[in-house]
Amino acid sequence: METLPATGLLSASWLLIALPLAGAAVLLLGGRRTDRWGHLLGTGTVVAAFVLGLVCTVQLAGLDERSANVDLFTFISTGNLDVEAGLLFDPLSAVFVLLITGVGALIHVYSIGYMAHDPARRRFFAYLNLFVAAMLLLVLGNSYVALYVGWEGVGLASYLLIAFWYTRPAAATAAKKAFIMNRVGDVGLALAIFLMFAQLGTTSYAGVFGQVGLLAGGTVTAMGLLLLLGACGKSGQFPLQAWLPDAMEGPTPVSALIHAATMVTAGVYLIARSAPVFDETPTARTVVLVIGAVTLMIGAIAGCAYDDIKKVLAYSTVSQIGYMFVAVGLGPVGYAAGIAHLLAHGFFKAGLFLGAGSVMHAMNDQVDMRRYGALARRLPITFATFGLGYLALIGFPLLSGWWTKDAIIEAALDRGGASGWLLGGVAVLGAGLTAFYMTRLMLMTFFGRARWEEGVHPHESPPVMTVPMVVLAVGSVLAGFVLVQALPLERWLAPVFGEPEEAAHVVAPVTVGLVVFAVMALGIGAAWLFVGRREVPVTAPARVSPVVAAARRGLYADAVNESLFMRPGMWLTRALVWLDNRGVDGVVNGTAAALGGSSSRLGRAQTGFVRSYALGMLGGAVLVAGALVAVTTA
Amino acid sequence: MSDFPFLLAMIVVPAVGAAVLAALPATRQALARGLAMAVSLLVLLLAVLATVAFDPGGARFQLTTSVSWIADFGVSFALGVDGIALVMLLLIGVLVPVVIGASWDEQAAGTRSMRTYWAWLLLLESMMVGVFAATDVFLFYVFFEVMLIPMYFLIGSFGGPNRQYAAVKFFLYSLLGGLVMLASVIGLYVVSNSELGQGTFAFDALRQLDIDPGVQKLLFLGFFVAFAIKAPLVPFHTWLPDAGAEAPIGSAVLLVGVLDKVGTYGFLRYCLPLFPDASRDLAPLVLVLAVIGVLYAALVAMGQSDMKRLVSYTSIAHFGFIALGIFAFSTEAATGAVLYMVNHGIATGLLFLVVGIVISRGGSRQIRDYGGLAAKAPLLAGVFLLAGLASLALPGTNSFVSEFLVLIGSFPREPVFTILATTGIVLAALYILLMYQRVFHGPPRGVLAPPPDDAAPTDGGGSTAVLTAPAPARTSVLRDLSRRELAVLAPLVALVIGLGVYPQPLIDLIDPGVQATMSDVGVDPGGSAPEAPGGTD
Repeated sequence: METLPATGLLSASWLLIALPLAGAAVLLLGGRRTDRWGHLLGTGTVVAAFVLGLVCTVQLAGLDERSANVDLFTFISTGNLDVEAGLLFDPLSAVFVLLITGVGALIHVYSIGYMAHDPARRRFFAYLNLFVAAMLLLVLGNSYVALYVGWEGVGLASYLLIAFWYTRPAAATAAKKAFIMNRVGDVGLALAIFLMFAQLGTTSYAGVFGQVGLLAGGTVTAMGLLLLLGACGKSGQFPLQAWLPDAMEGPTPVSALIHAATMVTAGVYLIARSAPVFDETPTARTVVLVIGAVTLMIGAIAGCAYDDIKKVLAYSTVSQIGYMFVAVGLGPVGYAAGIAHLLAHGFFKAGLFLGAGSVMHAMNDQVDMRRYGALARRLPITFATFGLGYLALIGFPLLSGWWTKDAIIEAALDRGGASGWLLGGVAVLGAGLTAFYMTRLMLMTFFGRARWEEGVHPHESPPVMTVPMVVLAVGSVLAGFVLVQALPLERWLAPVFGEPEEAAHVVAPVTVGLVVFAVMALGIGAAWLFVGRREVPVTAPARVSPVVAAARRGLYADAVNESLFMRPGMWLTRALVWLDNRGVDGVVNGTAAALGGSSSRLGRAQTGFVRSYALGMLGGAVLVAGALVAVTTA
Repeated sequence: MSDFPFLLAMIVVPAVGAAVLAALPATRQALARGLAMAVSLLVLLLAVLATVAFDPGGARFQLTTSVSWIADFGVSFALGVDGIALVMLLLIGVLVPVVIGASWDEQAAGTRSMRTYWAWLLLLESMMVGVFAATDVFLFYVFFEVMLIPMYFLIGSFGGPNRQYAAVKFFLYSLLGGLVMLASVIGLYVVSNSELGQGTFAFDALRQLDIDPGVQKLLFLGFFVAFAIKAPLVPFHTWLPDAGAEAPIGSAVLLVGVLDKVGTYGFLRYCLPLFPDASRDLAPLVLVLAVIGVLYAALVAMGQSDMKRLVSYTSIAHFGFIALGIFAFSTEAATGAVLYMVNHGIATGLLFLVVGIVISRGGSRQIRDYGGLAAKAPLLAGVFLLAGLASLALPGTNSFVSEFLVLIGSFPREPVFTILATTGIVLAALYILLMYQRVFHGPPRGVLAPPPDDAAPTDGGGSTAVLTAPAPARTSVLRDLSRRELAVLAPLVALVIGLGVYPQPLIDLIDPGVQATMSDVGVDPGGSAPEAPGGTD
């Protein structure tokens, strides 16, 4: 496909990034002077970026070649390496721009209310704006280097926002953990870029995609696997998933925007954007599928066991991104389906998190669902919007998740053979577990007996918070229908992924639909049996089966990481510090001692030192003079 | 304008300034610091004008000055710069005024006076300009050794409680390296004498010698040892954490930011062009040391409890990256290495300065004496974090560009070493964020906690340092950055971000010098990446 220089407003698409970036700069540098209107500025820049993104998308839709390139300036050029700072506005980046700025704007509005009583609200909006700018760079850059800059930029914003309440040690630790685990993934992404340069001499999308087909299979597979490592870090996929639940220490709007709707889906974007690379390597695609399927189950199982409402939603995100990985791992038949689920998920999961924030707001920041109950009547708008998000997520017919998740399950089954059945089976089972843990969450939060702590008087949130929730709820209902049926995303993305083909179904879609519906109903029923029918104890039962115990601890991901990496790393560090002080330095001091008396004398040698220095210089000078004389007279 | 002897002026002006300062009465502190600042700003102006006069497309060495010095032995006082040396001079020009500004209100304990401190700083500046601008190997050696003297006194007279030990250690290491180098310098002279019929120390003449590979190796090792001590590669590094920790902050900035770069600069300027065969033969050895340095120093940094030692160890890891970039023999990596020298000077300089501010507020170098500082000093926290992010090479900061160039340029030639070094970016994130979290996050702790009784913060050494900021009373512990401190840090903050977003002007300056060096060592200066497969675009 041709990429043409951008014209019209598209050539100003750099403003999409510049607007929120300027907002962040003003808020950070302006200090307390901007306290009064900082949140309005922060929201305004994102709303403006959304409007601009909308105009750009409309203009793009009118082009014959739907791909506009914007060259900005030469970033790095030396030797054979030429990195141009430039943007690519094409159908894929367009949908991400709309998601990021659209959901971003809603969450900014919500945050005005949510953070109203926080003395550092201005700083919060500065970081949020910084995030939006970095995320837009990530999806708009026209080279892997530009993507990498945005990639680590969102990592920084995520770090700052998880640690927003930094006086809480848990928040500070969670932020650091997120950054470090992301960096492990970033090593993969960086090495993939190095490999592109070494093999192809370029890092731009156009250059890499144009030539990747000429590379040896092993090289492309390595490239794909390295990209996948990066994607796993950012998207909280196995084995790098443990940071995402901890990231819930950040304020809830952050969880909604960054750790549900946008940043954590960047891994899916990376794989979809790199479709020409993955198309060449079935091996790497298979690994993507396996990781997606494994993570889907890990997230779903852990989601069933937590009592912290945000952690349940976080594991649900891990699990849903697993579905997206499965989709893009399927290759050309799945890219559009993965992106569609990503967009729909952006709506309903952001809505669910905002709803959870509204509940916490009402419950004095309580996150333990065992302390909720009977909130449906007290928080009617929250209940209604959250309920629609819930139905969308579990894939209730005609709501968003039904359209987009079933499409992925169908595509997985269409893969055929044993692997297709296995993959499809896992995806269907995941749907059942999703229905279970989300129903459990709904029942524990909104139904049953009130188990509130003393002094809690739940009240509905103000309109500045509920209006964004309502908008997202409408999106949760409609997004799937729009993206799959009304304005098919497959067609819109065809310039990027190729024209959709009519798949030969292994199992009739109607059968799939019925089976998935039945499994979902089973999940709901099981939740009702376990939670709805009985009294929910305010403290979690201590005597539980090993499976539940494992699920409560995220299937021991932290324990594994600690015993495999953290503790050995600490021992290694201590050993090396000892070695460095006693060993390397000791040898040196020992040598000095052998030459000039005791090593402690080295410390006291200051008075004798000038003499030894003079002697040294003298010796040197004699040596020079002697040698020179010897040479010249020879 | 290019006839003006910029380089000579940049050596003479600070030297004269130092002499004048030394002659001032000790009581005239305000006059002394004003003068010191004026002189250092004048040197910065000269460096900027020299850059304007420099033509990147012109001769390899420009702004040359040459005076015969010891004619009998072919020694001349020859100065000249290529882009590589020029950017180092710019770095010196920027850092010295910043360092003087940072010590603006400090007081020297005992009989010492700030006037002497600033005089040594200016003398050091003069020597540092000389070492980068020399184009005569003997002159380079002289500056290389003489430069030790001001730094020795800066550490030994004005440093922390363990200053004597650190200063002597620094001196002995450097002197030892210098002497080994001297043997090689003489060896070069001998070779030139036998080959040309007349001995010379002129870099351009020595560069064209055809030296026997065996002899090359010996001579290479002489230079290499000196440089590997100066920009310490593991295992030659143990002097640096002591020197970095005990030096007063300003000297630490110049020590790690500029002085140590003489080592990496020496690799590129002397080892590669003069001994190309030996450089290629021994490169695997250097690369092993470089990668060990990246990983080992990062791990040791993580285990440090003293903030200044920690930053010193991070620098050892960074020097490993620079050595990797130089001995990978590619234009991209070597350009990255030179850029790294500049960027590291800026970023680590900034980090040392903010660490110094924290220490002067809290009176301790120990991380455990702090906690929750961000709530009391948000600006300080912000600048500290920015400096830390630059140290871990986050995109958007200057260090990213150089680290990226080093790694991407090294990868095609040395994939294994590059992959190992790349894992260092995880360790870098760890040592920076661990320190940041312990000092700035969490509830107020250590010096911020309500004092149990009149307990002063325990040891750590700040309390017996010679240089102290004014009024380190408990009340000032909580103070955020003052306007003066902001003004001192602002140029470095601007450079961290500015060079992170738009580094190309600096790259354009460096590139020709790197390409010339690459052809000296026999590498196609066009670069390292192979032709694209199929040859199509």
